[in-house]
Amino acid sequence: MIALLLRDLTLATRAGGGFGLGLAFFLILCTLVPFGVGPQGATLALIAPGILWVGALLACLLSLDRIFALDFEDGSLDLLATAPIPLEGVVATKALAHWITTGLPLVVAAPMFGLLLQLPSGAVPWLMVSMLIGTPALSMLGAFGAALTVGLRRGGLLMSLLVLPLYIPTLIFGAEVIRRGTEGGSLATPLAFLAGITAATLALIPFAAAAALRVNLR
Amino acid sequence: MSLLGVHDLAVARGGMRAVEGVSFTLDAGQALILRGPNGVGKTTLLRTVAGLQPPVAGRIEMADDSVAYAAHADGLKGALTVAENLRFWARVFGGQVGAAVQAMNLGGLADRPAASLSAGQKRRLGLARLMVTGRPIWVLDEPTVSLDADSVALFAAAIRAHLAGGGAALMATHIDLALDEAGALDLSAYRARPGKVDRPAGFNEAFA
Amino acid sequence: MSIWEYANPVKFMRLSGAILPFAVAGAVICMVGGLIWGFLTPEDYKQGSTVKIVFLHVPAAMMAINIWVMMLVASLIWLIRRHHVSALAAKAAAPIGAVMTLIALATGAIWGQPMWGSWWEWDPRLTSFLILFLFYIGYIALWSAIEDPDSAADLTGWLCLVGSVFALLSRYAVLFWNQGLHQGASLSVAPGERMSAVYRYPLYLTMLGFFLLFVALLLIRTRTEIRRRRLAALQAREARA
Repeated sequence: MIALLLRDLTLATRAGGGFGLGLAFFLILCTLVPFGVGPQGATLALIAPGILWVGALLACLLSLDRIFALDFEDGSLDLLATAPIPLEGVVATKALAHWITTGLPLVVAAPMFGLLLQLPSGAVPWLMVSMLIGTPALSMLGAFGAALTVGLRRGGLLMSLLVLPLYIPTLIFGAEVIRRGTEGGSLATPLAFLAGITAATLALIPFAAAAALRVNLR
Repeated sequence: MSLLGVHDLAVARGGMRAVEGVSFTLDAGQALILRGPNGVGKTTLLRTVAGLQPPVAGRIEMADDSVAYAAHADGLKGALTVAENLRFWARVFGGQVGAAVQAMNLGGLADRPAASLSAGQKRRLGLARLMVTGRPIWVLDEPTVSLDADSVALFAAAIRAHLAGGGAALMATHIDLALDEAGALDLSAYRARPGKVDRPAGFNEAFA
Repeated sequence: MSIWEYANPVKFMRLSGAILPFAVAGAVICMVGGLIWGFLTPEDYKQGSTVKIVFLHVPAAMMAINIWVMMLVASLIWLIRRHHVSALAAKAAAPIGAVMTLIALATGAIWGQPMWGSWWEWDPRLTSFLILFLFYIGYIALWSAIEDPDSAADLTGWLCLVGSVFALLSRYAVLFWNQGLHQGASLSVAPGERMSAVYRYPLYLTMLGFFLLFVALLLIRTRTEIRRRRLAALQAREARA
């Protein structure tokens, strides 16, 4: 599984791997929003947590179809399915690789994007915490959506239709953590829910995604 | 002791049984070539033996993790070098790279990206990929598609070496590989007859 | 004689054909009767005549949720016991459920406008139904995107399973996110919150009507799906012979 993780990471950083595209997309989004709502700092600060989280959702969504589609086309997935690694492990490893190449850079770069959107500096740690806890769930749920649609030629749009509703709870609790962190409200509930969703997703979704992959491989 | 025993196997494609009642065994050093017209179910049978889809009926007996499957898409990444590709599959399957590189004469190409290889070199890499799995049973689906005469000869030699080393091969191909020792099985004799079935293979049988 | 015998398409067709006329007749009688009775109820002292939309709103909302639960059960039966009729019933139910959700949302908007002064509020209940509608759309879209019915049945089954968990989770997340304007449950058992009997009995009748309407539509649609699959099966057999 480590070999698979390393291969996916290497592929992502080679030519055509798409590493960093998610970050660039995030940057463009944070540039466009002030054009849409106006440059007033107070307005931007108000909507920043939501924009940052919605941006993370979309940036994550953009690269989802790469999780399985390329390996499906060149036959790697057939070989991985006959390998000694359980398919659930393949799913979890590939989701982890997706998170390291899209989710983790977002977490690290989020404070900079927060600056662009006038996020109060007190909220920045909470922004990073909520994204660090929440984004793994996005990658894992995305892997499930990618597994469902891997056999379809134009599955991209359908996949976003299937995956985005699954992101709603993470979005709600993630943005709430930042909001409450800024305003000094009680953080225990949203943090617990956010972590709970991520933990449950990491534990259970690999089975559903592997089942969907098996259906698409037969 | 046979490496692979297939007993009374039925496989389904498109929700219907394609072939049924297929039985054969493969011992170490044996090869079997599946024949039959397009669409008879050769690919489906191979994928079933490889474990990629469940059989509708019958048994497949073999040791765990003993099949290496290859179709014309050979699971190689153009962005990785020859050595990286082989090392990856060797680590996944727990095999060795060195012997395969030597056998396929890939030593000089090890650091070239796989995308820059010629078609023949790619085929050699694909064969090396099969070797690094270290698995005794090769299941090959149309492995010689779009190969020139030299590559076909190389391919046949690789299979012969694999058989000599105690392996076995099950394949579907239209080309004469000049593998005299290989048996042949014509699947058109096993075409499934439509009719009442206890456990339908899919919607098309459940509602027929 | 087990209940699973009716998973056999032939037996299902025979039984459903026998039930169907009664379901249709019952649905028409209950809907017409319930709606006329409901229309003749006195006006509410607070809400005036707008209260009468409750006879469409509440049954539709109830069915919107119940149909999803039915789809979940049918999907589980398919994934575990591989009964083909069950998968087709789940497929047949989805568009009915989506329309019920849409009716609940639309009547809610029409009711909400005079009551809250706005067609749409991000109230937890309204939001939950909007999310439920998204799940219905995704489910229907996945069914229609995949050509091979065996794969489609499996994949939509898994989507329904995972979707149910997340629909429920969204419901609680939304409650956490915004406490709302919406009145409490219309049929709450807590005294004091309960609506008066004048409205309650016609409401029961329309709820029964909506339920029978669903049963009738579900049977019709499942029968159509079975016939369509039978046609495809015969064509597939002919193509192979």
